[in-house]
Amino acid sequence: MDILYLLIPMSALLVLGILLVFAWALHSGQFDDLSRQGQRILDADEAFDRAQGPQAGAGQESGPMNTSLATRTGGPDGH
Amino acid sequence: MATDKLAAVPVTYTDDTVRGFALAAVLWGLVGMLVGVVIAAQLAFPDLTYGIPWLSYGRLRPLHTNAVIFAFGGCALFATSYHVVQRTCQVPLFLPALAKFTFWGWQAVIVLAALTLPLGYTSGKEYAELEWPIDVLIAVVWVSYAVVFFGTLGTRRVRHIYVANWFFGSFIIAVAVLHIVNSAAMPVSFWKSYSAYAGVQDAMVQWWYGHNAVGFFLTAGFLGMMYYYIPKQAERPVYSYRLSIVHFWALIFTYMWAGPHHLHYTALPDWAQSIGMLFSLVLLAPSWGGMINGMMTLSGAWHKLRDDPILKFLIVALSFYGMSTFEGPMMSIKTVNALSHYTDWTVGHVHSGALGWVGFITMGSLYYLIPRMFGRTTMHSVPAINLHFWIATLGIVLYIAAMWIAGVMQGLMWRALNPDGTLVYTFVEGVKATWPFYVIRLAGGLLYLGGMVLMAWNVVMTVRSGQVQAAPIPRLVHA
Repeated sequence: MDILYLLIPMSALLVLGILLVFAWALHSGQFDDLSRQGQRILDADEAFDRAQGPQAGAGQESGPMNTSLATRTGGPDGH
Repeated sequence: MATDKLAAVPVTYTDDTVRGFALAAVLWGLVGMLVGVVIAAQLAFPDLTYGIPWLSYGRLRPLHTNAVIFAFGGCALFATSYHVVQRTCQVPLFLPALAKFTFWGWQAVIVLAALTLPLGYTSGKEYAELEWPIDVLIAVVWVSYAVVFFGTLGTRRVRHIYVANWFFGSFIIAVAVLHIVNSAAMPVSFWKSYSAYAGVQDAMVQWWYGHNAVGFFLTAGFLGMMYYYIPKQAERPVYSYRLSIVHFWALIFTYMWAGPHHLHYTALPDWAQSIGMLFSLVLLAPSWGGMINGMMTLSGAWHKLRDDPILKFLIVALSFYGMSTFEGPMMSIKTVNALSHYTDWTVGHVHSGALGWVGFITMGSLYYLIPRMFGRTTMHSVPAINLHFWIATLGIVLYIAAMWIAGVMQGLMWRALNPDGTLVYTFVEGVKATWPFYVIRLAGGLLYLGGMVLMAWNVVMTVRSGQVQAAPIPRLVHA
């Protein structure tokens, strides 16, 4: 079972890597205030629909950008 | 001033790659499932393809597994991960040209697999049959995928990394490591190589890869889909966001050592088999935590399940996820495995996960994604989605029930002993007794394929009546 000399250190390294990423996530505040995070992906789309509203049906790729920007700067602050 | 600052920021998502992968997933799903039906028919009717070598079971079977896992599943994972990472980070894809390369590179891998496997070029490693030149191409595409995904994550404009991205990210990294280690080989010619490992060492590496491919490719990646598309389709946040984070970390810390359960009662040392069994049993906890979390997202809004066929796909996918993550640990118990190993029960277990979990979560997600990628909010025909759901469900039930019965029967027949210690049944008697169940399984597979044909039609109609529009990135919400 010489293969274990490869697989065990590799798994240990991976776990170490995972621990480091976990520590980073923890200390950089990724897990602070989790209660709002689940909701956010739903809110973002509302903003998307609002931005899309005025130019629905417009086919150009460059034109609507300014419109959407205007909508976005003019829209209610989503803070 | 403010406008100048904003003008420098890209304002639309890069969705063309998402579109390409989503449509490719449907196409390859159709092809892969068709090949699956052909080999299921071959098991019931062995002379079906008149002994033509290119169409023999041994060559088509890896074509089926590669097509459904890496072509259908893979394209769906590319499509959804590129979609989800942009929407949750509110930035376009990092290096869109590289993303485009991953699309064409992955399609090249698929076409090469479809050519070389029937021709008989294989490394003989299950789920990693492709020969070394294709393996090198896979590695290049996969590293590019990682650059695009993590680059997008790195340029995100929302501070919090949504949980689906953690699942997608771990899937990308783990698959890169697994593929590179397991496919290490010494080429002897352009289409022939030998594994860098030998004998039981090779078996251990192979199933360390094989099981983690299930864990990270077919589970973690698709859980990423689950955590985004179920809340979106249900229009409710996931039941417990906190639990989803625990689900992620618990799953990735425990998955890596479950592989040896594929090698029970082989030359693998006994203690390694027992470790494999132990870790497999531990996996039940995070798996069921995640399943319950996903299902409870509908808590208080269960009526949506009745009215919305896409949610039916997504939620029933989770129930199959729960079923197979219960069945798997159970089958990894050595005494159970003594009965189930090498029987069709294993095939049934795999397909309860593949057709039920991976297939349904993918179909549900694509039914959400595809119309939105073509300027619509719904598919061309919603009743067709409903019909697809019911015939596919019926197909799965026929498939896995037939394989459960066949498998347990085979296990019992193989181990039955006469009082004098000789075997009660010859092997061929077991094959003969299995025949009706192979026919039932074929019927189940045909139904499932029929559902996919319906989906393909629905997608074509949706795309034809839709319009490709660049989707603007919404106003940023700071964390």
